[in-house]
Amino acid sequence: MPDHYQLRCRECGKFWGNTPKSFCEECFSPLEVAFDYDALKKIARKENLSSRPFSMWRYSEFLPLPEGFTPPNSVGGTPLVRARHLAKQLGVQTLYVKNDAVCFPSLSFKDRVVATALAAARRFEFKTVGCSSTGNLANAVAAQSAQQGFDACVFIPADLEPAKILNTAVYGARIVRINGNYDHVNRLCAQIADRFQWGLVNVNLRPYYAEGSKTHGFEIAEQLGWTLPDNVVVPMAGGSLITKIAKAFRELVLLGWVKEKPVKFFGAQATGCSPISDGVKRNLARFEPQKPQTIARSLAIGNPADGPFAMKEIRESGGWAEDVSDPEIVDAIQLLAETEGIFGETAAGVTVGVTQKLIQAGRIGPNETAVVCVTGNGLKTTDAIVSEYPLTEAIAPRLDAFEAYLDAQLATSAAVGRV
Amino acid sequence: MSVTIEIPTAFRRFTDGTPKYSCSATTIAEALNVLTTQFPGLGKHVRDDQGQIRQFLNVYLNEEDIRFLGGESCSLKDGDRVLLVPSIAGGSHS
Repeated sequence: MPDHYQLRCRECGKFWGNTPKSFCEECFSPLEVAFDYDALKKIARKENLSSRPFSMWRYSEFLPLPEGFTPPNSVGGTPLVRARHLAKQLGVQTLYVKNDAVCFPSLSFKDRVVATALAAARRFEFKTVGCSSTGNLANAVAAQSAQQGFDACVFIPADLEPAKILNTAVYGARIVRINGNYDHVNRLCAQIADRFQWGLVNVNLRPYYAEGSKTHGFEIAEQLGWTLPDNVVVPMAGGSLITKIAKAFRELVLLGWVKEKPVKFFGAQATGCSPISDGVKRNLARFEPQKPQTIARSLAIGNPADGPFAMKEIRESGGWAEDVSDPEIVDAIQLLAETEGIFGETAAGVTVGVTQKLIQAGRIGPNETAVVCVTGNGLKTTDAIVSEYPLTEAIAPRLDAFEAYLDAQLATSAAVGRV
Repeated sequence: MSVTIEIPTAFRRFTDGTPKYSCSATTIAEALNVLTTQFPGLGKHVRDDQGQIRQFLNVYLNEEDIRFLGGESCSLKDGDRVLLVPSIAGGSHS
């Protein structure tokens, strides 16, 4: 059976077949995977899902996978948590957290995009794969490459969080640290992809990679009983995820799997790196690149490749974009952990903090359904909050020592007016 | 000022295969104009209908994106390198 998808230029519409290519050689605009939806309607059956495990591969017909593809792993299938305590705290009725902090195997949503990118890498017979990364993507590339037998070479800014470097190194990937920010790394990778026959997942395999993000959206719809939410709040780094969740929803509507309804898309960024939210808020035709300065390093992309598309999606949906400061990010990480038992990374703090702002501003109504996308695990960015939790003094293993400890605690609480 | 413009593979079919082009220019705008005069086929890929540098083309002066240097009016000095990089690049090798 021929492919039911191929690359198409997002600007001029020219088709390019299937090849490791990320931009149109006619107009130099980005390419994306376009599906033949008539063909998709014939092969995708909702009833087939019941016999499939709950992972991203249950939606395989909607993904650009080669013929005869067998899922090599069990990526995705993460919980959609009804966040009752957080909702109460924020003053809304119905709030959900889509929790990709527990995505297999490397604890971020990047496992989804790497899964489809490596399927493409195998199809195009690349032996070495790699990426430019702010951390999570490098973790995912390294982990899945180890499992699938690719050589991995990842490029990262030299100042990344130690946990994110370790979580790449442990899988045996080659790590090239670059003196510069992500945008410098990304530019270098563009030049490397131009020079070497490597499959760089977010460069020359980017159209295939990006489609993996749709599964985050498919799962949300299925977990809501094949309905769409009123609002979705999505963290933005390069800006791709928000556009692919929207694409997933559109595809489900097109195939009649969900009923059409307006969904507002809200983009979340850190104030210290907010080119997309700044562009939306100031109603700019083009975003202005920024020099990142934020603890949310997984979102620290000052020149977001999909920024123009993210801005368009947000505007056309009637949504908005917002950003939060570093102290607000820390507060929001704690809020999510203390209300829902979910430890998200700094990007989660951004998304929860922005959700709070959007609700306060009335952009998300108290009786509307909202889904907050948590895309990475807090264990990767402990350095951002470790100072909030100084070690307490240890006590002797005796009951009288514990009683003395309790007395001291009560006295301290009384002194600060908590009792 | 003698500067060198580095041309990505995908653009080289408009530059007779030339990977680097040296010219004399005092600003980025002038360098791009010289380049697209020399290779007219490149013109519409560098600038849009309004004459602006295309949205998905990034231009760097040495290590820096020119948008941090005041845009295409920024001055050049002898020996500068100008890089043209599609914003979502890669895949142009054959």
